[in-house]
This record gives sequence, C-alpha cells and structure tokens, in this order.
Amino acid sequence: MKGMSPIIKKVCQLISAIIFLYGIYIIVHGHLTPGGGFAGGAFLSGAFIFLVLSFGTDVLNLRREEEEASVIEGLAILLFLLMAVIGLGIGIRVFFNNYLPKGEIGELISAGVIPLYNIAVGIEVGAALFTIFLALVIYKEEISK
Amino acid sequence: MELTLSVLLIFMIIGALYALFAKDLLSALISCGIVGYGLVICFLLLKAPDLAIVQIVVESITLIIMVAVILDSSRQDLREKIVHREKGTHFINAKYVFNVLTVLILALFFLFFFNQAIVKLEPFGTHMTRMASAYMEGAAAKTGSANLVTGVIFDFRGYDTLGEATILFTAVVGVLTILRLKGRK
Repeated sequence: MKGMSPIIKKVCQLISAIIFLYGIYIIVHGHLTPGGGFAGGAFLSGAFIFLVLSFGTDVLNLRREEEEASVIEGLAILLFLLMAVIGLGIGIRVFFNNYLPKGEIGELISAGVIPLYNIAVGIEVGAALFTIFLALVIYKEEISK
Repeated sequence: MELTLSVLLIFMIIGALYALFAKDLLSALISCGIVGYGLVICFLLLKAPDLAIVQIVVESITLIIMVAVILDSSRQDLREKIVHREKGTHFINAKYVFNVLTVLILALFFLFFFNQAIVKLEPFGTHMTRMASAYMEGAAAKTGSANLVTGVIFDFRGYDTLGEATILFTAVVGVLTILRLKGRK
C-alpha cells in the first residue's frame, strides 16, 4: 500500500495527535462524561489507522507492530481480569467488587476501580481494533507479492 | 421528538432498501452508511451519547475499510454480472409470482402479531423492567460514578463487560488465525 499525497500526510500528522489525546480524555473521564473504555479505545485505534493509511506501509515494520499490538491487547485484558479477581480477596469478597474508596462524586479521581477498568478496557479495545486492521493490511501486502 | 425520530427511521429504511437494490456495490455501501449515521442521530435524540460516540467512530472506521475492500476487489465482476442478467429470461414468471405471494402472506402474519404485541407495550419513554429502576435509584451513590452508564456497565454489570472484552479478544485471535499465510501453505 502506497502513501497518499503530502497534503494528506501533513493533515493526518496534525490531526491524529489530537484524535489520540481526545481518546485519552474520553477514557479517563469515562465515569464523569459520556464515553468510556470502548468509545475511547476506538478513538485510539482510529488515530493509528489514519497514520498507517496516509503514510503507506513502506515506512513501517508491519509484523513487529502487529505483534506488539496483540501483546498489549492480551496484557490489557489480563489486567482487567486481574483487577476484577482482586475483588475476591478484599472487602466483602465478591467478583467485580468496587474495593477502592469511592471519593467525591464528580471528581476526576473518584468511583473506586471504575476508572481503572475504563483504562484497561480502553487499551484493550484500541489495541484489538488496530491488530485486526494490521492483520488485514499484512494479508493484502502478502497476497499482492 | 417522535416525529423527528419517525422521519429519521423512514430515511434509514429507505437507505437500507436502496442498499439492497443498488447495482453498484459502492453506492450500496454509502447508503448503508446512511443507516449507521442515522442511528447516531437517533441515539443522540434518545439521550444516549455514550452509544452515539461508539457508533460514530466504529461506523467511520468500518466504512473506510469496506470502501477500501470494494475499490480493491469487486467492481469489475459486478459489471459483468449485470450484463449477464439482462440477457436472461422474461422478468415476470411463475417463480416470481410465487415469491411475491409468499412475502405478502408472511408480511401479513408479521403485521398481525406485531399489532398484538404493540398493544401490550408501555408508552414511549417508559420502561417495564423492574431492575432498571433499581439501577437508577441511588446508582451514583452506590458506585461513586457520575456517569450512570459507566456505573452500570462496570459495576452492576461487570460480567457483561468482561464478556464483551473477551468477545473482542476472541475476534482478534480468530482474525489472526484465518489471515496468516505461512501456516496455510
């Protein structure tokens, strides 16, 4: 896959950073404003997909990127599961128990483990969508050879 | 608001029908996009911004990928197929009449049962499940989360969210397994 014109490259360079930051904002504020891990993760993967689409696949080592993305995805879902399992050992011993202090409603650091769940799910969704995209791109590259 | 919603839904249905009958796959895909983005506006009108954000991002990404796939593969095949179909037999024959009659009878059945079901529904905007009100009352105090949707999906319904994340993980594993070329040779 070849890259696109220099205008598109420059615009994607500028825009994708903003999209990435917005995704992080949506994930971190998931317990306060609309959004959360799933929506923000889709934003994160969208930023990377823009970059790959505009710059083409020649500048990247696709195999390495795909491996790293799938490793990150697996680690994130394990982190999510681990945080849920910790609930079995603390407090009233229930799976998916909210064991951290709740704090003040409306503050950024509040709602116990919910923001941590959001972050784990956000990383998982972003890495998963990006892995699927990279797998399709690699398949196309190898077919056309 | 119900009028706006009805107009949007009719627009979406027209888009979906056009997608079925369009001769070019690309225009069918664009009219499928009407359905997706109309759904975004519906979610916004029904005060569900969480779903609207997810829907708009996923819709855009899938639309881009599908356009890339169609531009890459199948436009030439489709043109040949249309030419082939025009050379065929007469348009209205016994099979055609039978198909239309079957569809009409099934549609009548469907409308009858739909009418029966719709009488028992609650008015628009109210809910009939007991758990919903139990979730709504004091959910902010119980979970500490100002966004009730996040409070429900990560606290009350944590198992569901774990299932969704696992489905995504399984999808990635499946895609990686199907699309690897080295093992297949």
